[in-house]
Amino acid sequence: MATVEIRNVRKSYGPVEAIKGIDIAIQDGEFLVLLGPSGCGKSTLLRMVAGLEGITGGEIAIGGRVVNHLDPKDRDIAMVFQNYALYPHMTVFDNMAYGLKIRGIPKAEIRARVDRAAEILELGRFLDRRPSQLSGGQRQRVAMGRAIVREPAAFLFDEPLSNLDAKLRTQMRVEIKRLQDRLGITSLYVTHDQVEAMTLADRILVMNHGVAEQIGTPLEVYQRPASLFVAGFIGSPPMNVLDGRIDDRGGAVLLPGGQSLPLPQPRPTEAGRPVKLGIRPEHLAVADAGFVIEVELVEALGADTVVYGRLPGGEALLVRMAGLPSCRSGDRLTVSPPADALHLFDAVTGRRLEG
Amino acid sequence: MRGVALLDKRRRGFLFNPPHASPLRHAQPTKDHPLQRRVTFDNRLLPYLLLAPQVAVTLVFFIWPAAQAIWQSVHLQDAFGIRSEFVWFENFTHVLSDPNYLDTLKVTIVFSVAVTVLAMGVALLLAVLADSKIKGARAYKTLLIWPYALAPAVAAVLWMFIFNPDIGSFGRALRALGYDWDYRLNGGQALVMVIMAASWKQVSYNFIFFLAGLQAIPRSVMEAASIDGAGPVRRFWTITFPLLSPTTFFLLVVDMVYAFFETFGTIHALTQGGPGKATETLIFRVYQDGVVNNDLGGSSAQSVILMVIVIALTAVQFRFVERKVHYA
Ligand SMILES: Nc1ncnc2c1ncn2[C@@H]1O[C@H](COP(=O)(O)OP(=O)(O)O)[C@@H](O)[C@H]1O
Ligand SMILES: [Mg+2]
Repeated sequence: MATVEIRNVRKSYGPVEAIKGIDIAIQDGEFLVLLGPSGCGKSTLLRMVAGLEGITGGEIAIGGRVVNHLDPKDRDIAMVFQNYALYPHMTVFDNMAYGLKIRGIPKAEIRARVDRAAEILELGRFLDRRPSQLSGGQRQRVAMGRAIVREPAAFLFDEPLSNLDAKLRTQMRVEIKRLQDRLGITSLYVTHDQVEAMTLADRILVMNHGVAEQIGTPLEVYQRPASLFVAGFIGSPPMNVLDGRIDDRGGAVLLPGGQSLPLPQPRPTEAGRPVKLGIRPEHLAVADAGFVIEVELVEALGADTVVYGRLPGGEALLVRMAGLPSCRSGDRLTVSPPADALHLFDAVTGRRLEG
Repeated sequence: MRGVALLDKRRRGFLFNPPHASPLRHAQPTKDHPLQRRVTFDNRLLPYLLLAPQVAVTLVFFIWPAAQAIWQSVHLQDAFGIRSEFVWFENFTHVLSDPNYLDTLKVTIVFSVAVTVLAMGVALLLAVLADSKIKGARAYKTLLIWPYALAPAVAAVLWMFIFNPDIGSFGRALRALGYDWDYRLNGGQALVMVIMAASWKQVSYNFIFFLAGLQAIPRSVMEAASIDGAGPVRRFWTITFPLLSPTTFFLLVVDMVYAFFETFGTIHALTQGGPGKATETLIFRVYQDGVVNNDLGGSSAQSVILMVIVIALTAVQFRFVERKVHYA
């Protein structure tokens, strides 16, 4: 049980700055997901919290105690690695008991804690096996078990599900969520998978090139993406982005094709400003007036259908509709978004224009 | 990467050769073996031809001398090598009841155990250092591998230049400090010196294997252990060392065999088994009795005993490597 505070933390590898100043205070018991594309610095940040990587600048505090110069073993954290990092020469029981033995916990209590974890994770039958005699999913559970028997102040997960097949991944995701709800231990979870992030997180920190693009609840991040990067990274298929300009009265967005979409709130101060207009594919619906697209490809996913269309000006436009397809490639389709589903971003900085 | 790609290309080129150009062809699936797609030989003689050099080498350099040793070990030859007489196991009983031979056996055991422990201990220590993030690790690794490329006699001359009490730098320093250093007179000192020289040679070999073994341990496993609370020493003994056990066991046998059989050159160049018989090991005695003292029967009996020892060591190695030491 503890808070984890990350204050203006930086990390450089020689001249390369991998983490460029990140600030976040994680509440006691909160599940924070670090989300971002490969190479954006998620693991580096997590490893700095764990003590496996030195901190170039800033401060990290766990449970109110600054840990910058503490060894991993003194930080009271447990970590689940992407490749599980089990001890190959030890049984499942010994893998889980290792950290407890080192901490001098009495044998009977070690037994009790491991048995309890094994029961929660349904590993009871495998306690005498070696990791090499387990399936990928079972190894993953042992890695989880090794973390929970420690009863640490915080859990750190580095892409713990990415070595599993799709079905097992979904299953373990649900299990991790259930486990964390039940244990209520502060968790930092690294992933590049937006579905994992949306389903697991209390809050998501979206990272890009070593900076935090946005910190917010899954719904905030989805509904009000703070930047074009976040808008494109979250949501599937990704958000449509069109070039546009606010008209001279500040009441509508003008698109190169000649359409004009009225803004929910007028922006007289920004009249004439070039912008990027974002519309999620799932917010476009067939209408009498709006964007006229030529359908290039139709993907029927069963529950819904993705239409790949092209505007007269040549820009691509994706539309996601519920149900089975009602059009074919070559068709013309008129679609339009509700006024409150428009996202405006600065054309230069890519930051969201609030309001 | 590049090597693999090249190899792959070459192999593919070979397989894609038109059938008449290649002595190999793919067997067509037949009624009996519908799925058989092995490579078979058109030419019945070719496989034997390909094997011949290997078989010849084994015959000429191993089976032939071994057979000769066994034959001679049950014969007694006169001093001129003209007549020989079949004597059953007399040579063996003679050798094994000779108190000198038992002394030599003792020296050999002390020597071999010391060389093995020293060579492995030092190599492991150096490998652990090289595996950690130290500056100049590359240069250091290269330097450590060099001694292996040195002929034993050359290495021994180097050691002599260091330890000779009259001309050796270290030997003279010891004497200057008032220590009575002279391995030519003191048997204990001579033994220590040949042990050091023989170990030094083997350290590089062990080092390469230990380093490879260490680098095969995933970094995250060590990180998990440090998060679990293990300090460097405990990590070494509970994670690194057990995970190295296949390597350790392999090297244990290799080093024993080395100490028993391949240190002749070192001993010959440094002490010739002396002073007295202080540094005479079994292999050195085989040479001494056979070549110097011309006792072919006794020397052959000793060779056969050594052969049995090396066969036993190898058998133990194979059994263990196949079973026990595997964890993954
Ligand atoms: N030990 C290292 N030395 C140099 N650069 C590194 C090192 N570790 C990571 N980096 C760099 O830091 C950046 C972030 O890496 P990482 O945190 O592993 O990304 P992620 O986990 O988000 O995929 C990458 O550009 C990577 O190349
Ligand atoms: Mg990573």
